[in-house]
Amino acid sequence: MSTTVLSNQKTPFARGLLAGSSIAIGYLPAALTFGLLAKSTGLTFLETMAMSLFVYAGAAQYMALNLIAIGTGAFEIIFTTFIVNIRHLLMSASVRERIDDDHPIIKALYSFGITDEVFAVTTTQEGHVKTGFIIGVSTVAYISWVINSGIGYFVGTILPPTLQQSMGIALYAMFIALLMPSLKKHRKVVFLAVSAALFNSIFSLFLPSGWSIILATLLSSAGIEFFYRNGGDNT
Amino acid sequence: MSMNMMLIISGMAIVTYIPRMLPLVFLDVERIPSWVQAILRNVPYAALGALIFPGILTINENIWYGVIGGITAIIIAYLGANLIIVVLSSIVALMLLSFII
Repeated sequence: MSTTVLSNQKTPFARGLLAGSSIAIGYLPAALTFGLLAKSTGLTFLETMAMSLFVYAGAAQYMALNLIAIGTGAFEIIFTTFIVNIRHLLMSASVRERIDDDHPIIKALYSFGITDEVFAVTTTQEGHVKTGFIIGVSTVAYISWVINSGIGYFVGTILPPTLQQSMGIALYAMFIALLMPSLKKHRKVVFLAVSAALFNSIFSLFLPSGWSIILATLLSSAGIEFFYRNGGDNT
Repeated sequence: MSMNMMLIISGMAIVTYIPRMLPLVFLDVERIPSWVQAILRNVPYAALGALIFPGILTINENIWYGVIGGITAIIIAYLGANLIIVVLSSIVALMLLSFII
């Protein structure tokens, strides 16, 4: 396809920016809502921006607002954040498996940007991923998250309610689009995705979502290897 | 900024950063056993399954938003459209849905 030819001529960073633009769209409504909620929870503008700039974790930031609102102590908020975000251990390891090696300091820097969405876009690329690519993806995602948190604080949801509501599907649609090419090619991917979705549906009934995602992901990733080694075919 | 908020934000920042940084910087993928590598290679697809479902059903109190949006994304992605087109189509589908409901 002509777009593939075109994107191959760009630098990895530029291709990353392009690939990350779907994340930027998806973060828009979420960040606007975060800004708005932060203000109504009583955070100052500076505190709101500091949270989006330095913590940079959607689900954990929402959760922190809830806890701050009901007067929860700092330690408990930090601990809950840790529990929610521990899933990134697995995602970061998986990024490491797919990406070219680089200087530890470079890796330490861009690792800050590994959200669920950046992980998803990066690890579903074909072949080995260049450092520039993940930096491009992270940059556009981060800018969208930070700037829209600020806009949300001052103007609230600038989007018409219908659009704001409909945009909640954006990140899920992106995940589906990322999965589809491999889903069509390999039967194994169908098993992996479907079994993890089912496991997660069960685990999320009694586990915090961060743990439920880790457990579901590990169980199907390891389970399918076990299955294939014991007489399954290798498609 | 109050001391308490400063403590909360810096604490949250540290515990969020560490799990993102540790494996990337310290995991030596060439030296882990091949069966661990095999599992790790499966992680993206399994994680996507878990990230999509059941979360997609919770985007609205009305479960149909997630269902219709998801089906739209599956069809458009299956036809081979690129990422942005899939995302925009499912947003448009839900806007149409909200006019009907």
